[in-house]
Formats: sequence, structure tokens, C-alpha cells
Amino acid sequence: MEYRLRTPLSREELSELRAGDMVYLSGEIYTARDAAHKRMMECLDRGEPLPFEIRDSAVYYVGPTPEPPGRAIGSAGPTTSGRMDAYSPRLLDLGQSVMIGKGMRSKDVVDAMVRNGAVYLAAMGGAGALMSACVKSAELICWEDLGCEAVRRLEVEDMPLTVAIDSLGGNIYESGPAAYLQSMKGGN
Amino acid sequence: MPGPFEYMRTVKAEDISAAVAELCIRANKQLPEDIVRAMNAAREGEPWPVAEASLGVLCRNIEAAGEMDLPVCQDTGMACVFVRLGQDVHIEGDFNAAVNEGVRRGYQQGYLRKSVVADPLRRVNTGDNTPAAITVELVPGDRLELTVVPKGFGSENMSRLAMLKPADGVEGVKRFVLDTVRAAGSNPCPPIVVGVGIGGTFDKAASLAKHALLRPIDCPNQDEFYARLEEDMLREINSLGIGPQGFGGRTTALGVNIETMPTHVAGLPVAVNISCHVTRRASMEL
Repeated sequence: MEYRLRTPLSREELSELRAGDMVYLSGEIYTARDAAHKRMMECLDRGEPLPFEIRDSAVYYVGPTPEPPGRAIGSAGPTTSGRMDAYSPRLLDLGQSVMIGKGMRSKDVVDAMVRNGAVYLAAMGGAGALMSACVKSAELICWEDLGCEAVRRLEVEDMPLTVAIDSLGGNIYESGPAAYLQSMKGGN
Repeated sequence: MPGPFEYMRTVKAEDISAAVAELCIRANKQLPEDIVRAMNAAREGEPWPVAEASLGVLCRNIEAAGEMDLPVCQDTGMACVFVRLGQDVHIEGDFNAAVNEGVRRGYQQGYLRKSVVADPLRRVNTGDNTPAAITVELVPGDRLELTVVPKGFGSENMSRLAMLKPADGVEGVKRFVLDTVRAAGSNPCPPIVVGVGIGGTFDKAASLAKHALLRPIDCPNQDEFYARLEEDMLREINSLGIGPQGFGGRTTALGVNIETMPTHVAGLPVAVNISCHVTRRASMEL
């Protein structure tokens, strides 16, 4: 299935998505990766507010290249999501509903997704230039000292994403290779 | 009698900086021809529709990077700089400083990402992608050859090293490489390029694996035994089913390159350095 969706996404919209579906996502999303996640945990530990409203947010794990003159952003493909596994369950329990990245997630993350009706969308790893074209504007909102790891608010349009893990725990990283191997056994 | 420097050819530090800067930018925006050819061939030969579609997107991205003058991937890497230094070259100025100045300039002028932290545990970004990881090899002659390999860490993180026993033999090596690729799964942005270093010592095996990524993937190992092993391992990796992006399919790897060196009677070191489909390298001779 293919969906055209705009943030913020309701839990109803998210519940329809199944691993393997394509989503063309538009609207506001936030960037955060390793160092920003670590600082967000420190904020929570101190009882301070996070740099953006986490409830119903979509967070893109990306550290873009600097924007050349005339562009909103440089190359902007996803980074490996697994490095955020230690932080994600806490954020999901606080209401974050969409994670965007690439690669496998831990069982703890998948459990937290199912518990909260969240989804994990995969952007095309390595396709930094194409993803850049989907970003209409980028605004640095926090932790400039982190450089490429600073938190940015992005306005994206028709960002092509694959539902990697859905809100029921369906997982393309398991079902995709299994289906391919099964088809090979079929004598192709 | 000729003076001590009359046999030497002088290369200025500034020329090294200029060359490194240019190579950083070129390597990040334009993939080597062997990789582009392999990506297109993989797309044509891919039987699984989802995988074929993913490869199509990645091929388009390579073209888009050229058209938009952007890096192919946002992880513009840690700058690994390989130097083949002719022993009759005299360098006027500070060599290491010159290479780092080149990296600084290239990453600034090329709008490349600064991805290096000054300390592995205290983790403050250096802000200019220095220092480079410099490897110098002394060779005969009076030329200086520079190769810049911006190494992304999505794939670097999936690399592994094992000190196998001699009794493990070729089957043990194959098993370790396959286990490493299987464990990496979708994380290193498959299709990957697999650099394998066999032999030497603990550190040399890792270095061989990295050097293996410098060789174009359409140039097999010159030793027929290892050329066949490269072929066998590529076939076995592409039977794992991981596929592009880990969504399933044939094309898990584009190539396997093996480099070897003599080792100790008691040991069989094996290192696997994984690189994504954005396997970058650019060279220049001074």
C-alpha cells in the first residue's frame, strides 16, 4: 500500500500502516541523533522540558551536511537507528509516535512501539542527495554546539519512506528477507 | 659527489594540502566508476522487485548528487588518507599538518559534514573533520600518491576482527565473514563492499581489510586461489537474502576484496571491514 500523510499523524492513521507499505510524508519533523538523544535524556532526568513537543512528534535520525548557498539543507539521508535504541523506549512512552531512520531496532524498542501504537519508518540509507530535495526548510532550534548533531525542525514534502516496523510489531527486516528466500526455494 | 638532496624531488606542503582538499570533495560527490558500474549491473540482475526498486533509487541518488553538487551520502566520513611516498621525495614543510590542512579546507569548501570528535569518550566535535587517519607507505621512486577514502561509520561500526586458529582454515574464515555480514544485516546500508584482511598480526589484519577497500571491486586478487575465494564469498553473501536496505533480495554485497600477508605458525587473524555502497576513494599523484 502507498500512503500520503502529513504530520502530526494520529494513532488511527499510524495503526493502518503495515511493514512494507510506502509512506510519502509531508509536514514538520525534528532531527535528533546520538548526542541530541543523550542530552534529551539528561533534560528528562533533571525534569526540564525537551527542545520540542515530544507528544505525537516524528523524529528523523539524521546529521545532514551543511547547506550550500541556495539550499535548505545538504545531503540528508538517515543514520543507523540502532544507536538510539537505548533512548527510544523512554521517548515513545512520552508520546513520540514516529521514528525515521534505517536498520534494525531492539526488542525493547519494538515492545515500546507496540505498547504505544508508534511506527518506525525507514528512509533510504545512502540516498542523501535525493532526501535533501524533500526538505523545504530547516531551522536549527537547539544545541548548536553539536554541529551536525544539533536539533533541527524540518519542513518536508513527500519524503519517501518504507514502513520498517509497524505498530503491531510487523518487521520488514524479518519478513522481507524471509519472503525473498522463500521465493528462491520455489525454484526461480 | 652529489649532495644529500640532489637525488630528491621536492614536494611542497601547500601542494599536498591543495590536493587533499580537492580529493575530499571529489570523493564525496562522485563515486568511483567500478562502484557505479556494479550498482547498475546489480539493479539489472536483481530478481526481487522491492530490491530492484531500492537499487533504482540508489542509482538515481548517485546521479542526483552530481546534478545537485551534493555529497552522495550525508555521512561524509572520517578522512582516511593513504599515502604512497616515494623514498626519493623530500617534503618541504610539515607533512601531517599539510594533510590535515587539506582535510580542513576540503570539508569547509565542499560543504561536507564535520563528523570527528576530539576524544572517543569526551566527544567534542573538532569542527573541521580533522584529524585525518593517515597511513604512509614508503615505496621506491620520487612520486607521492595520495588516496582519500572518506569512511562512513554506519558500515565501519559493523566491522569485526577475529584471531582464528590455524585449524579453522578457509572454512573458518568464510564462516566468520558470513557471520559478520549476517550480524550487520540492514545497518551498513547494503549493498555493501566487504574488505577482508587475512594474516599478519592483530593490527595488520585490520589494516589489510581497510586496504582491500582501496582496490576496485572489478579487479580480483592476483592470486587465483584468493580470486576464487572472493568469488565464492560474494556468492554466499548474496545467498543470505538480506538485500538492499535489508528489505530482502539478492544484492547484499557488490564485491568482496581480500588482502593477505604472511602470519605466525600459531595464528590466523581475520578482519572484515564493511563499507556501504557509497564506497568512496579518490587519488592523485604529485
